[in-house]
Amino acid sequence: MKQKYLPLTATILIFVLSYALCAAQYPNILSTRVIGNLLTDNAFLGIAAVGMTFVILSGGIDLSIGAVIAFAGVFLAVVLEHGSMHPLVAFALLLTITTLFGALMGAIIHYLEMPAFIVTLAGMFLARGMAFVLSIDSVPIKHPFYGTLKSLYYKLPGGGRITLIGGLMLLVFAIGILIAHRTRFGTNIYALGGGTATAKLMGVPVAATTVRIYALSGLLAGLSGIVFSLYTSAGYSLAAVGVELDAITAVVIGGTLLTGGSGFVAGTLVGILIQGLIQTYITFDGTLSSWWTKILIGLLLFAFILLQKGIIHLSRPERQRA
Amino acid sequence: MQTNSDNILSAVRIEKGFPGTKALDKVDLHLRRGEVHALLGENGAGKSTLIKCLTGAYRRDGGSILLDGAEVDPRDTFEAQRLGIGTVYQEVNLLPNLTVAENLYLGRQPRRFGMVDTRSMNRKARELLAEYELDIDVTRDLASYSVAIQQVVAIARAVDLSGKVLILDEPTASLDAHEVEMLFRIVRRLKKRGLGIIFITHFLEQVYAISDRITVLRNGQLVGTREARELDRRELIALMIGRELATEIQSVHPDAVEGETRYTFRNYGRRGKIDPFDLDVRAGEVVGMAGLLGSGRTETAEILFGAHRADSGTAKVDGRTVDLSSPRAAIRQKFGFCPEDRKTAGIVGDLSVRENIVLALQARRGWTRPIPRVEQNRLADLYIRALDIRTADREKPIKLLSGGNQQKAILARWLATEPDLLILDEPTRGIDVGAHAEIIRLIESLREKGMSLIVISSEIEELVAYSTRVVVLRDHAHVAELNGAQLTAHRIVEAIAATNGRKAS
Repeated sequence: MKQKYLPLTATILIFVLSYALCAAQYPNILSTRVIGNLLTDNAFLGIAAVGMTFVILSGGIDLSIGAVIAFAGVFLAVVLEHGSMHPLVAFALLLTITTLFGALMGAIIHYLEMPAFIVTLAGMFLARGMAFVLSIDSVPIKHPFYGTLKSLYYKLPGGGRITLIGGLMLLVFAIGILIAHRTRFGTNIYALGGGTATAKLMGVPVAATTVRIYALSGLLAGLSGIVFSLYTSAGYSLAAVGVELDAITAVVIGGTLLTGGSGFVAGTLVGILIQGLIQTYITFDGTLSSWWTKILIGLLLFAFILLQKGIIHLSRPERQRA
Repeated sequence: MQTNSDNILSAVRIEKGFPGTKALDKVDLHLRRGEVHALLGENGAGKSTLIKCLTGAYRRDGGSILLDGAEVDPRDTFEAQRLGIGTVYQEVNLLPNLTVAENLYLGRQPRRFGMVDTRSMNRKARELLAEYELDIDVTRDLASYSVAIQQVVAIARAVDLSGKVLILDEPTASLDAHEVEMLFRIVRRLKKRGLGIIFITHFLEQVYAISDRITVLRNGQLVGTREARELDRRELIALMIGRELATEIQSVHPDAVEGETRYTFRNYGRRGKIDPFDLDVRAGEVVGMAGLLGSGRTETAEILFGAHRADSGTAKVDGRTVDLSSPRAAIRQKFGFCPEDRKTAGIVGDLSVRENIVLALQARRGWTRPIPRVEQNRLADLYIRALDIRTADREKPIKLLSGGNQQKAILARWLATEPDLLILDEPTRGIDVGAHAEIIRLIESLREKGMSLIVISSEIEELVAYSTRVVVLRDHAHVAELNGAQLTAHRIVEAIAATNGRKAS
């Protein structure tokens, strides 16, 4: 087996094993209802994590997405509450704003040669701040169109439902996989992660690629914000705090190297599902504190960092001898 | 003089200046169709500046470049590539995390319905590499292949993109003899296809093995272009360094020294690294280590210095059994070790020359007893003078020095600890001819002072010149020991090449 599939295989194996363990204790966890809920509950996180996967693959990081999700929620709530705009128009407007926001961060990172960490940290404060400017309170969204969207679902055998937002997440993952592996843009992202200087020498349009990566992350954060507002039917500027860290966690557990250049979008989906599964298990159990989710995720994350180190360590002597 | 139509690339009266220096002073270079043209000169002679002017990495100040008879003016390396001038550097400039096929076709992947057609890309990559006698799995990551194969992939990409002129900038520096031979077969084949190939290297044997003509630069000026056949080695070195150092390299051959045996290793080895070996080193002796890359030379050095712990055998110094289980223990026994890869294992680039020189001595004293600054300055100045390290002053960051001077600074680091046994791994690799001769002279003078040295080198003639004995390694074992009249380049090569000569010694 090729070495680059090792982390992904480990992730899938862990997911299957833990699902089997959970199912042994609570057979109900196998029902399509649970699976449907797993997708719905993690839809916003999954969509944002696809953007994060691309950013991390290119060797960068995007800390702004949690704040962008909150901004999106408040923006939609305020616009729909006070204006007469149709939600679809508001969605389009919002996605344009967040995409431009991401593109701007990408441009700053590239042209001013600033670390992505700092630029997106500034972006995080800016987006969170803008959300507070729009509204300090939690604003409910009562537009009838929201009700229509929330009532859309595909019924699975066994009573489970793939809701609109759950299905949207799967679609985003499918498109993400296509972009990563079947487009020149995708290869260029991996190329940047392999080494910016070399990629540049080989003719990769570094500036355009960087801007597009962060624009894509902004677009998906905006989309995630829409999904989040559908999920919660409200906009609140203190919502989605730390979602960027959950997204990074999903990406790393999904087998993507934090230093960039190696990993799979599909792995991130499994990473999301593992996180969701742990949460579901704790809900099923009922006696465990929800902090156990964080503890288990923490341990898992640590295990994956060790795995990655191990793989890098194993592959290095080979390269040196060559 | 050749007519212009035979030249695929002509650079005429190229000039390039940097603040304070004239890097190129009206240099001419004429490259014929289907020739391998070696571009030689010491470090700082202007080779890389000339190449950078040709490939558009630098803007030249004057002169003209004719490609296929038409004047060209590449603004950057991409434009040069489009025009037909491709370059392959010593450090492979490809992406290790992409597949071989992706590396070959990055930016020009075949597409179908807007999506990359991976299957056809892989097929094209296989076909392309087949022309280079390479039958590898193109869907694997580039990193899973050896540097030699990566180098060939880089050449395939450059030729596929450009196709008129190929510039090879020290492509063989990290390859072993077989790999070099493979590379040369490919170069000869490209030559037959009519490409003009510029070849830059420090290995003079390779120059003679492959080149048709040789152009020598010195101090930014053209010294001359000669037919390789008509230019003998000594004359070439004289052209390059402008003084008669060539004789010196040949003439130094130490007499067998009968100093007392100071270091005795019996059945010393480590499984998976180097088979157990016996080795004696006398005072005032240079023991050479010859063998192909990967034969166990470096492993021998590392085990002697304690970088790897030996799992069998004993080590004795002056008859006492000693512990060499770590570099610290070895340093305590007054061992010194200059590793091969000075960039990763030797210099600390951002520290000054002075700090690099006192590093090992300070480490031996322990950090609680800092060496006084005055003493540091004295040591640094002493060795900068003694080894002729060319630096503006001792506080200059060492990364700004040339390769040969960095190497000398590392030597100085170990000399400052006043070692009794100094192990040098490829001390002359990748440095220019002048510095080369100086390092060899230095090895000589250290030996004369009674120091014991173990020197590993790929340059067999160099080993013959300064070693009192040469140990030959093959397949992780010491297979032969040559001394006295046996000690000739020919015998060493024979011993390396012998297939069943395990008991030769």
